[in-house]
Amino acid sequence: MAAVAAVVSIGGRPSWSVRGARIALVVAAVTVLAWLLVLPLLAIFAEAFRQGVAFFLDAIRQPDTLAAVRLTLTVAAIAVPVNLVFGLAAAWAMTHFHFRGKALLGALIDLPFSVSPVVAGMMLILVFGKYGWFGSWLEAHGWQVIFALPGLVLATVFVTLPFVARELIPLMQAQGSEQEEAALTLGANGWQIFFRVTLPRVRWALLYGVLLCNARAMGEFGAVYVVSGHLRGLTNTLPLQVDQLYEENFSAAFAVASLLALLTLVTLGVKRVLEWRHGEVLHADH
Amino acid sequence: MSRHVLPGFRLSAGYTLAVLGGCVLLPLSALLWTACELGPAGWWAQVATRRVLASLRLSFGAALLAASIDVILGLLIAWVLVRYRFAFRRVCDALVDLPFALPTAVAGIALTALYAPNGWIGSRLQPLGIEVAYTRLGVLLAMVFVGLPFVVRTLQPVLESLESDLEEAAYTLGASPLQRFSRVLLPLLLPTLLTGYALALARAIGEYGSVVFISGNRLFRTEIAPYLIVQKIDSQYDYRGAAALGAVMLAASLLLLMAVAVLQRWTHRWAVLR
Repeated sequence: MAAVAAVVSIGGRPSWSVRGARIALVVAAVTVLAWLLVLPLLAIFAEAFRQGVAFFLDAIRQPDTLAAVRLTLTVAAIAVPVNLVFGLAAAWAMTHFHFRGKALLGALIDLPFSVSPVVAGMMLILVFGKYGWFGSWLEAHGWQVIFALPGLVLATVFVTLPFVARELIPLMQAQGSEQEEAALTLGANGWQIFFRVTLPRVRWALLYGVLLCNARAMGEFGAVYVVSGHLRGLTNTLPLQVDQLYEENFSAAFAVASLLALLTLVTLGVKRVLEWRHGEVLHADH
Repeated sequence: MSRHVLPGFRLSAGYTLAVLGGCVLLPLSALLWTACELGPAGWWAQVATRRVLASLRLSFGAALLAASIDVILGLLIAWVLVRYRFAFRRVCDALVDLPFALPTAVAGIALTALYAPNGWIGSRLQPLGIEVAYTRLGVLLAMVFVGLPFVVRTLQPVLESLESDLEEAAYTLGASPLQRFSRVLLPLLLPTLLTGYALALARAIGEYGSVVFISGNRLFRTEIAPYLIVQKIDSQYDYRGAAALGAVMLAASLLLLMAVAVLQRWTHRWAVLR
């Protein structure tokens, strides 16, 4: 707000040319946003309902699509809690203790965001695939990782790993360890300190991280694509189902895609509300 | 503060390392191992084919261009969102996150539907002789889409914290608005703009879902490097070839990650100096 007031205060009332330039800039920015972001969003829903509501309902009630919904929910139900606990553990270790290699650990936590999802999936195949490091051992024990649920979960955990940790580490760093140490001197044990002191102070940031983690977990395509094998009704998550339908039935693909777009809109809405009400504890750098 | 006052170091560090080890370090070392096994000559033999080189050229070329476009569009959007008040500003601000949150496959088919010859935009561009879908222009467009929020979200907090005293000083010295922008603001924003550029670039190089639909994957022309990796694994079972190409992509991501770290330190020092 101060910045705006200052800009307006330069030279008192802005001249017509300055005001004209401002309006032109706003119009240009809104046009870019509408063209680049709003149009694709509208296109999804328009294509989804192009053949009518009955067709839409029929498309999303196909057994394969329902199986994809179930699989997506299952993968997220495993991957998100793993990352929630990971984020809390990483933040606790990173912010309450000094140890060697801390900077390296921080860099490693952030690493998955900069690796191409396709490369991430490929790396899992090199480890767990038929010809990978553990391939023959897994096969001998009758365990299948690639082209099965474990592979989908591993790929999802990889690409969403930094989400929760990234929200918590800067916040807990800023909050310091004083309150936890005070609780310790008052006789609280580790779990009491964690549940009664730390967790209440970071709960909104935690929820924020989980929200973003979940959106990505349910929408991930590249990493999951490589390890899934696209077995219809078996290893197709929702985005993979969209991909397969796109080849065969355009409108049905968009009907399924509109479910994911709806998830996106809900996620963005909740994210805004969290930022608006708890902005001071949320790290808004992404 | 002594080293370990609070309890739980072993448990938290142990779990962190276990997940990182199993999910990140193990797969990473498998890739490095496979790439090293090839040796420099073997690696070169895998990479130096016409098809792979064409895909790398497209992936890196389009990503460099897309990130540049993102910097220009992102600066415009961040500037308008931070400095001006207008109707639907909050909605516009929230919309910026869309490419982050929209599943990439959904974005991919939506862009393709829009720009295909029979799509809303494609059908209007066709009479002008402009083809977007299934061309390199389409690859560029999808990369611009996924990279935009990185630039806007990197710039916004810095623009907000920027004191306007320097701009006011420039104004009192008689600088025109354009001079105030190019001589005062732009140099101050340079490290931040470069950070946003590097982040958008990293994302665009590795992007798969948003690009493969609109690119059409035409041999030698619109195949991106991640698509070739998928092809090598999916239909050719060529894991060594995939690993050789994956190693190139991984090296690029690591270099960009380091560049971002250096740039952020630079931004930080800049802020302290002021």
